[in-house]
Amino acid sequence: MNNNTDQTQAASAKIPTLEVNDLYKRYGTLEVLKGISLTANEGDVISIIGSSGSGKSTFLRCLNLLEKPSQGSIALKGEQLELIKTSDGQLEARKRRQLESMRARIGFVFQNFNLWPHLTILENILLAQVVVKGRSKAEARERAEALLEKVGLAGKARAYPGHLSGGQQQRIAIARTLAMDPEVLLFDEPTSALDPELVNEVLGVMQALAEEGRTMLIVTHEMRFARDVSSQVMFLHQGRVEEFGPPSQVFTQPNSDRCKAFLSSHL
Amino acid sequence: MDLHGFGHLLLAGTWITLKLAFTSLFFGLILGLLGAAAKLSPIRILRWIATTYTTLIRGIPELLLVLIIYFGTTEILLRMFDKYIEISAFAAGVTALSIAFGAYATEVFRSALQEIPKGQRESAMAIGMTRWQTFSRILLPQLWRVALPGLGNLFLVLLKDTALVSVIGLDDLMRQAYVAAGFTKLPFTFYLMAALIYLLLTIISMQVIRLLEKRANRPWQGARS
Ligand SMILES: Nc1ncnc2c1ncn2[C@@H]1O[C@H](COP(=O)(O)OP(=O)(O)O)[C@@H](O)[C@H]1O
Ligand SMILES: [Mg+2]
Repeated sequence: MNNNTDQTQAASAKIPTLEVNDLYKRYGTLEVLKGISLTANEGDVISIIGSSGSGKSTFLRCLNLLEKPSQGSIALKGEQLELIKTSDGQLEARKRRQLESMRARIGFVFQNFNLWPHLTILENILLAQVVVKGRSKAEARERAEALLEKVGLAGKARAYPGHLSGGQQQRIAIARTLAMDPEVLLFDEPTSALDPELVNEVLGVMQALAEEGRTMLIVTHEMRFARDVSSQVMFLHQGRVEEFGPPSQVFTQPNSDRCKAFLSSHL
Repeated sequence: MDLHGFGHLLLAGTWITLKLAFTSLFFGLILGLLGAAAKLSPIRILRWIATTYTTLIRGIPELLLVLIIYFGTTEILLRMFDKYIEISAFAAGVTALSIAFGAYATEVFRSALQEIPKGQRESAMAIGMTRWQTFSRILLPQLWRVALPGLGNLFLVLLKDTALVSVIGLDDLMRQAYVAAGFTKLPFTFYLMAALIYLLLTIISMQVIRLLEKRANRPWQGARS
């Protein structure tokens, strides 16, 4: 290995996978996010906790512009998402193309799975690989089959989403996202819509992803999972970061009283 | 039944009726999709245009629409070019029926679009699809399923409304029956024949629509919830 590649590797290791700076979101006069900053380095697993209405979903959805932020900046591997102000005072992407390509690099897993019901499981995992990434059908299929294996649903390729349990649907949704080789994965309460007995099969898949060294932001109410799997925990309260740190600190000796109170009612 | 050699005329008329119905269906569906997109658009002027369109068209009898378009176009052409240009009854018929179908289809598509959960669009956008990909790959196929029963009904109405175009001289099934009835002085025979043909076309259409609905619903068959 020569000096040159050594240096570029050292440099790229320092660029955060995802960097969010001073993010605000307002709905009219209601300020839902009040200046949130976050740096996720490669391999970080950051759990986002907080009571309902504290802005967790809004924060996550602002990162790929499913929701338009009012202020702030977002960078993926050092590439700044270019934003401009619209007439309603919110920010939108300056270039549609850049937004689409960044969205393809940011995986998003929804609480309600949002699989496409008119397509088979295999087609669900194929579609974006082909139309967004431009892979050949054969290549995409190979990737899809490997991922189905990985989430433990190899036999379901030809089934339709409506025929699967919630836990199975969520694992397919994760596979669909993984097929795009995302650089960061965002999960918005991925197990909240599931029957209790199905939660673990999804958490198991997520834990495996964390162990692979994937960069993940996870909004969750599964405190035990957050404690065991995260590298950092972020506690949101009324649109602000009240507490941030490794789980060992946040869960055992939080600085914020609100965080303490939240944890005591959720553990 | 003795048709006095007018049987082939009725068949030729049936063919024209079918061509008229399907051509109008094609353009009417496009108008309906555009209308629905406009009604749900964030741009106010588009919403206004679409609402005016559907209100206006649904408030006018189809027969009048056919007459207005046929004679109106002739009149406009006369003023523009200062000479009488005859426009084809078929073109005028297609225009009138497409516009009418489109107005009703706009409502069917609009409510179907609203029935598709918001998350469908979001998961497509979140994975990097363009707006067009999201529409054509995710929304349209689901729209089709929800809209099919409503569209099917509209088509059955359209099939019979084609008879209105006979008033401007199009040689469709209705007009051929009228001509044959006049020649042979057997109005009952020929009008009954025409009625049976319309009925047959309707029954076939209903079967085809049922089949399409079944096919569109296949992914949901036996679903868990
Ligand atoms: N479209 C919207 N319009 C107005 N207020 C909204 C909208 N979406 C979310 N909110 C408000 O923003 C706040 C944060 O919501 P959310 O991000 O969903 O919280 P969480 O995911 O932490 O439960 C809530 O008070 C909610 O009522
Ligand atoms: Mg939420």
